[in-house]
Amino acid sequence: MPFSTPKLILHGLRRTALGAALLLASPAQAEPLLDDAKLLLTGGVTSVDGASGGGLATWSTIAGRGSERAIGISAHVTGIALPDYGWQSHGLALGIHDRVELAYARVNFDTRAVGAALGLGRGFRFNQDIFSAKLRLVGDLVYGPALLPAIAVGAAHKRSLDGAIVRAVGAAAAKGTDFTVSATKLLLSRSILVNATARLTRANQFGLLGFGGGKQRGRTVQFEGSLAWQASRRLALGGEFRTRPDNLGIAQENDAFDLFAAWAPVRNLTVTAAYVDVGSVATFKGQRGALLSLQAAF
Amino acid sequence: MGRTMKGIRVIAISAALMLSAASLHAQQAPQEPPPEAAVDWDKEFGVTEKTRDPVTGELPVDPYVQSNANAGAAPFKGDGMARAFGGKDGIRRIAQSTVARSEADPRIKAIFEKHDMGRLRRTLFEQFCYILNAGCDYTGRAMPPSHKGLGTTRADLNALVENLQAAMRENRVPFAAQNRFLAKLAPMDRHVTERGEKRLLPRR
Repeated sequence: MPFSTPKLILHGLRRTALGAALLLASPAQAEPLLDDAKLLLTGGVTSVDGASGGGLATWSTIAGRGSERAIGISAHVTGIALPDYGWQSHGLALGIHDRVELAYARVNFDTRAVGAALGLGRGFRFNQDIFSAKLRLVGDLVYGPALLPAIAVGAAHKRSLDGAIVRAVGAAAAKGTDFTVSATKLLLSRSILVNATARLTRANQFGLLGFGGGKQRGRTVQFEGSLAWQASRRLALGGEFRTRPDNLGIAQENDAFDLFAAWAPVRNLTVTAAYVDVGSVATFKGQRGALLSLQAAF
Repeated sequence: MGRTMKGIRVIAISAALMLSAASLHAQQAPQEPPPEAAVDWDKEFGVTEKTRDPVTGELPVDPYVQSNANAGAAPFKGDGMARAFGGKDGIRRIAQSTVARSEADPRIKAIFEKHDMGRLRRTLFEQFCYILNAGCDYTGRAMPPSHKGLGTTRADLNALVENLQAAMRENRVPFAAQNRFLAKLAPMDRHVTERGEKRLLPRR
């Protein structure tokens, strides 16, 4: 009889230990915040507007390598060498549950000798901040019904840091917000990625020359299309087309094209090289050149 | 400080009271509990022992209707895909390599720890072989019941896809054919994953 007490306590202790172990098990097996789980290249690269996508177009992808139960982050730096200008941009993006994307990008646009010709001074730089948000409404880039693309809506708030100058060239405003709706799908049966985006915008030269102008003050609907072939798990080759408004009275703006190769040599790095044609920029025609972009994503 | 000490003392006293009450109760217990070895816990919890099939070594599963429709995708037409995958032998190697890679993959190996791997190797081969139109019938269960209770996620699925891609690469399946096969599997995602998207906002 007296021995029953320690035995009962021991039994109770064992149960308590089991309970504690079960309680501890859940945090120990908790899912990681960053799960690095997307398939290669399916987070897209970083577009010129800072949102994930192709080089020119915003896609319905969500930045970073996080799956729908985690977050993802990406950082990028992009350089474009044009005959008369130099573009440099960099930024960060956060993807939450493969559902919401928040991104920031800074664009620095070097006018080199054109700056002197325009009376701004040699090497004058137009600068711009872009804050963007994107929400994937439905569908998935890879999974789900083959004919249901990932569909996302987005907004990009752009702030020129050269307000007085962009107004002097005829822009109606130094700040503007673009609204996008995109549909993107990787058609696995053909190894082809297709994207179509409609953008409501009044940005001049992506916003570097302000917003609206003498020819067109308000927003217009523009189109962005991308077609890419997945050559291997690590390499995609494609082309893009982006129509742009022609708002400013003093300078014509053309549609933009690119041909790109996106390569993921390792899981967390994507290198994009492209041939880009943006047409005429601030009266200097034939701006065709090379784009190189590096993106690290987790 | 004094108040804290008092609080601690009160807690200690009440804990001691509780303990003594528990031991009193134990001492007054009329019968000693039966020794643990005598309790058949399997019976208590309604667990029945499963015996492996003497020939295949597979564990039995609950009865189900066998049908090729359980494979979850319509097979390819013609023999082009079967040839790209090296026929039945190639498909068997790919299915087995996919399973072996996944069992060793730190991201998803836990899912397979209590799994009937013999049955998985066989049914995965049958499913691949049937969909690739290489002359097999699929005798396994449909995707939702065969993945029930595994708690799998999209991240797990992507890890499995990477292992399948590695197995196909190892067996020299051209990349376009790999993707054509994945195109048959991709629409099943919601049938083979159990835990979907994490909610951004708590349910109201």
